[in-house]
Amino acid sequence: MATRDRDVFDSLGNGLSALGGWIDQRFPMTKLIKEHATEYYAAKNFNVWYGFGVLALVVLVIQLVTGIWLTMNYKPSAEDAFASVEYIMRDVDWGWLIRYMHSTGASAFFIVVYLHMFRGLMYGSYKKPRELVWLIGMGIYLLLMAEAFFGYLLPWGNMSYWGAQVIVSLFGAIPVIGEGLAEWIRGDYYISDITLNRFFAFHVVAVPLMLILLVVVHIMALHEVGSLNPDGIEIKEHKGPDGKPLDGVPFYPYHTSKDLVIIAVFLIAFAAVVFFAPEMGGYFLEHANFEPADPLQTPEHIAPVWYFTPFYAILRAVPDKLLGVTLMGLAVLLPAFLPWLDRCRVKSIRYRSWTYKVALGVFAGSFIALGYLGLQPATGIYPMLSRVFTVLYFAFFLLMPFYTRYEKTKPVPTRVTK
Amino acid sequence: MRRKLAATAAAALVTALTALVAFGAGEGLELAPANANVKNTPSLQRGAKYFVNYCLGCHSAQYVRYNKLAEGLLLTEDQLIDNLIFSDQQPFDTMTNAMRSEDAERWFGIDPPDLSLIARARGVDYLYNFLRGFYVDETSATGANNVVLPNTAMPHVLWELQGLRRPVYEQTEEGAAPVIAGFEVVRPGLLSEAEYDQVARDIVNFLAYIGEPMKLERQSLGIRVIGFLLVFLLLAWMLKREIWRDVA
Repeated sequence: MATRDRDVFDSLGNGLSALGGWIDQRFPMTKLIKEHATEYYAAKNFNVWYGFGVLALVVLVIQLVTGIWLTMNYKPSAEDAFASVEYIMRDVDWGWLIRYMHSTGASAFFIVVYLHMFRGLMYGSYKKPRELVWLIGMGIYLLLMAEAFFGYLLPWGNMSYWGAQVIVSLFGAIPVIGEGLAEWIRGDYYISDITLNRFFAFHVVAVPLMLILLVVVHIMALHEVGSLNPDGIEIKEHKGPDGKPLDGVPFYPYHTSKDLVIIAVFLIAFAAVVFFAPEMGGYFLEHANFEPADPLQTPEHIAPVWYFTPFYAILRAVPDKLLGVTLMGLAVLLPAFLPWLDRCRVKSIRYRSWTYKVALGVFAGSFIALGYLGLQPATGIYPMLSRVFTVLYFAFFLLMPFYTRYEKTKPVPTRVTK
Repeated sequence: MRRKLAATAAAALVTALTALVAFGAGEGLELAPANANVKNTPSLQRGAKYFVNYCLGCHSAQYVRYNKLAEGLLLTEDQLIDNLIFSDQQPFDTMTNAMRSEDAERWFGIDPPDLSLIARARGVDYLYNFLRGFYVDETSATGANNVVLPNTAMPHVLWELQGLRRPVYEQTEEGAAPVIAGFEVVRPGLLSEAEYDQVARDIVNFLAYIGEPMKLERQSLGIRVIGFLLVFLLLAWMLKREIWRDVA
């Protein structure tokens, strides 16, 4: 019996390696696995901030898979969209679970991506030679915003409807071509069935395709230059006699096993929301969106979903519409210039001056405050506060060339620390 | 290193706190808590009965299927047909009514909203206080008005149960419009105040249930999923520890 078992496994193993050899002669399978996993070296001192990249990938997969299943029952027409969502929630087996995973996944995507980007700000991940990794990442972020915006119209709730109405009308602020542009985006004079159809096309085909492509390019660019680490030093500069970085460990199995722990923790938090607070107090699923779209009746208070509110607050902080739209666009795009705005040679915040630490703290606080303000009505003290935090937000970027130039940095170690 | 990160964190905290301190508390109508509990099946069954008797004539619940509802409320098909279906509808039909939108708009000025999701859109406390908030107002077309939704187009369909009451106004500020300080009974209802509140609570509870019928299933599945993930986390952590054992 035992001998026969071994025979079976031996021949299975031989068969598999023969198959591997057959593939390798036709496709660089083993080469790719080595380059990107078993012989891709990353620093051994990654902290938890380095887990948000892989979490973004996990959320992307969640969104793609749940999205495909939602599409099987969703009807992209003004007449049926709202009812088809409720059909999914009530009559489709496990439909409610798929839908809540998708709606929670949208918010989780932004939480994870914002933290991923903040990691970059802390440890200087955007600095030479990783400028392209950062720029491609910014491209992914813009696509993600587009994806979220298009997807938010699909349930055809009243907040979907009016949110889209407000955001598309922003394009109308552009001089000369604005109104025509807004009409071109909607395909109609107002948000209608036609708009819903095209947003559906963008949400389920066009944007996800580009998103997946850019994610692959992002990882290829990263693996070309190598991952940074919390000390902000290049592990490639200290290699052992075998040519392997002394401070690095292969991505597989070291970082993959660590990522598995991070993914498990994330999934627990994700499940907690999906199963116990899918509306998240009206922040992930807004109350007004449980009423079907009504072109004649605006919700009491229109606000975008929380992940857009920092920029919405900046828009409302400016009394002039065109200037507001311009500033909002700038606020979204400014992080792309970080590799050139930051003049400090030291990458990691661990060895940078207190000026940068305070600046980064003020920036993070302003972003959160603007996010809160964007959810509030523009009355009383709120617009003034929005202006203050808008100025702080822009100051972080625009003054950066000055306050980072003569930074009093600390000596950077040559090898990674704990 | 800890101290340096602490500086960043402190700056972030101070900035955010400045913002929060400056933000005042929101104002709004005080709403009595509905204390809805969708685990209370007898209350849901009573709520369903009131709903089909008092609400369904004008309001639909077009996403709610009778047979699924009966299943959730632990009713047999016979009980369902005898107690909840008054029209010629079948158990697999959804809870619609025969009122046409054009007629509704002519009679009430608006088409009464579908109530499938009203609890999720407005919140249970709002609905509970709305159902308790009717009072006599001769100037309104229906003879009724409401403290929660002023000038509501909805007539007080539960008046027999609650009775009729008239507001007592009070002048709080010089020159300001008088506010409602309390109510005086015009005609007592069939129920005491506490009994009527319970009726309102049952209806709201029912509305909360039909807003999200899978809520209890969702929560019980959630406990099992998170339990599984905790075991998975333990295994993943043990695997990680084993693999990293040789890393200095």
